[in-house]
Amino acid sequence: MNDISQAIPYLGKRNPKAALGALVALAVLSPFVAGMFGNTWVRILDFAMLYILLAIGLNLVVGFAGLLDLGYIAFYAVGAYTWAFLASPHFGIHLPFYIVLPLGAAFAALAGIALGFPTLRLRGDYLAIVTLGFGEIVRIFMNNLTHPVNITNGPQGIDQIDGMSLFGVEINRSLVLTESLQIKSLYLYYFVFLAAVVLAVILIKRIQVSRIGRAWAAIRDDELAAKAIGINTRNLKLLAFAMGATFGGVSGGLFAAFQGFVSPESFTLMESIAILTMIVFGGMGNLAGVIVGALALSFLPEVLRYIALPVQQMLFGKVYLDPEVLRMLLLSLAMILMMLLKPAGLIPAQARYSRADLLGDKETAR
Amino acid sequence: MQTLLQQIINGLVVGSVYAVVALGYTMVYGILGLINFAHGDVLMVGALVAFSAISFLQIAVPGLSPITYFVLGLLVAMPVCMLIGYTIERTAYRRLRNAPRLAPLITAIGVSFLLQTLAMIIWGRSYHSFPQLIQTAPVEILGGVFMTPVQMTTVGVSAAMMVGLIVLVTKTNMGRAMRATAENHRVASLMGVDTNRIIAMTFVIGSALAAVAGVMIASNYGVAHYSMGFMPGLKAFTAAVLGGIGNLAGAMVGGIVLGLVEAIGAGYIETWSGGWLNSSYQDIFAFIILGIVLIFRPTGLLGERVADRA
Repeated sequence: MNDISQAIPYLGKRNPKAALGALVALAVLSPFVAGMFGNTWVRILDFAMLYILLAIGLNLVVGFAGLLDLGYIAFYAVGAYTWAFLASPHFGIHLPFYIVLPLGAAFAALAGIALGFPTLRLRGDYLAIVTLGFGEIVRIFMNNLTHPVNITNGPQGIDQIDGMSLFGVEINRSLVLTESLQIKSLYLYYFVFLAAVVLAVILIKRIQVSRIGRAWAAIRDDELAAKAIGINTRNLKLLAFAMGATFGGVSGGLFAAFQGFVSPESFTLMESIAILTMIVFGGMGNLAGVIVGALALSFLPEVLRYIALPVQQMLFGKVYLDPEVLRMLLLSLAMILMMLLKPAGLIPAQARYSRADLLGDKETAR
Repeated sequence: MQTLLQQIINGLVVGSVYAVVALGYTMVYGILGLINFAHGDVLMVGALVAFSAISFLQIAVPGLSPITYFVLGLLVAMPVCMLIGYTIERTAYRRLRNAPRLAPLITAIGVSFLLQTLAMIIWGRSYHSFPQLIQTAPVEILGGVFMTPVQMTTVGVSAAMMVGLIVLVTKTNMGRAMRATAENHRVASLMGVDTNRIIAMTFVIGSALAAVAGVMIASNYGVAHYSMGFMPGLKAFTAAVLGGIGNLAGAMVGGIVLGLVEAIGAGYIETWSGGWLNSSYQDIFAFIILGIVLIFRPTGLLGERVADRA
């Protein structure tokens, strides 16, 4: 967690311990602060946690291993639909979450391998477009797999999905501590998601400095050289896809339980792009950067919504840019401007082996 | 047999549009080694500009023949798209020409979404019904096989565009400069070619082609919409890869082949899959073809260039 606390301005460099403490306090207190402005903000915070989970998963593939994946949302979908199939009235199956979540993660990992295997030879642009196609294929199936057997329920999606219950606590209901003290479901979910994020961060930090992480960096920096020094590029690329997908699958499952409803709407290309933008914006390959990017880009549109809409009402008496448009505008501008002005992101990765701007052939095309 | 012939005709019509769009992808890729993700969205802007122009003209200058409106719409859409193509290259891509590969790719995706968002702001989210200026009533061309006049126009215009481009690239000085730049930037500029200008021209020409394709697609389906560029863009890219990206003839062949595969596939997929799949799965053909080509023959049908460059 060190470099994450170090990313805190001012305090981080001088007193890392205090910075870490501040970080923990911030993480624990933020839902209650957000709650003072209404439950919407807690909900946004919950989604921000899911986005962090997704972003650090995608960062594993894009930032660490250098494989540009535009179909990442498909794995999120696999996780979410697994939960929807195995814990909802749709098929009448109600399995508990500690069976469903690992299953979702496993299916997502399999999907990751299924995507990785045929694309092993591809890099860069081609890989990007094939993964994009993969995401679209998954979406087409989610939309149409309704006959002769109704599997996905098409565009209507699947609802009434079971929530989670942890140690006998139903996360979907308020936790009653005493008569006067209750913790609302939204807050409970926040802490579950936060725990998942913390676990994921610890895991990923370990991976990054392990042999695997270094091998990924080598593949990203120079695949041919990596192969030449005896790195099994095939297996490691597959591993990157599978592990990235696992994170996607887990967050998908959490999303389905939290939302209680899944439909193809939530798994569009736009979402894949949004997560990619978070990584690019924050600083590709750097965990702290990715987390900051995910937080910033899941909050900014909401903040904009609360500022831009009233301002427009006031100025023009009419809303010209609705929140969804604002979000798209923000994401696309963030992508373009970030690449033009600060390609390494807000918090550039420190080590050379994880800095995209020091990599690649600087030569002009041919 | 009749169904098959009919699907072949439909495939040729769609394929000819894909081919025109694919030319834009392939030209840019040939010169810059960049997949211009925003190309499909330029097509969409072309269709929407033409829609607005035609709707405006029909009210402002009533009484002209439908063909005149159609041509005027094209004449408005083309320069607008050319300007957009030029602006994109100038502001977003030129500065990144020496950057690591991931940067221009991410910028291109950003530009694509920016164009869609701007179109959403200007034209809204709704589907606009594109004026049916060319007859859409089917005409029997062979026993039991039909083709609409708008489909015939599409094939004709697309063919004209392709021939025009080939003449431009093979017979003119600018075409020679383009080929030289594609071969090697530095040597070309040492030989006195203004490579920046040539690259800008490539974007301008490609965008003009995209505008025409956009108008043809909108005329065929009768609707224009801010997200209509995405799928044709992807398919045209597939077509370019299928033919061998960077290769003009390849783009045309790829477009036609992809159109045929899609139309025939959509016609028969239900029978083949025993009812599990139907024509709503039509879009997966392009992605599957793309995957297969990239895995087994990354150079495409006609290409020589290696795919492993990015």
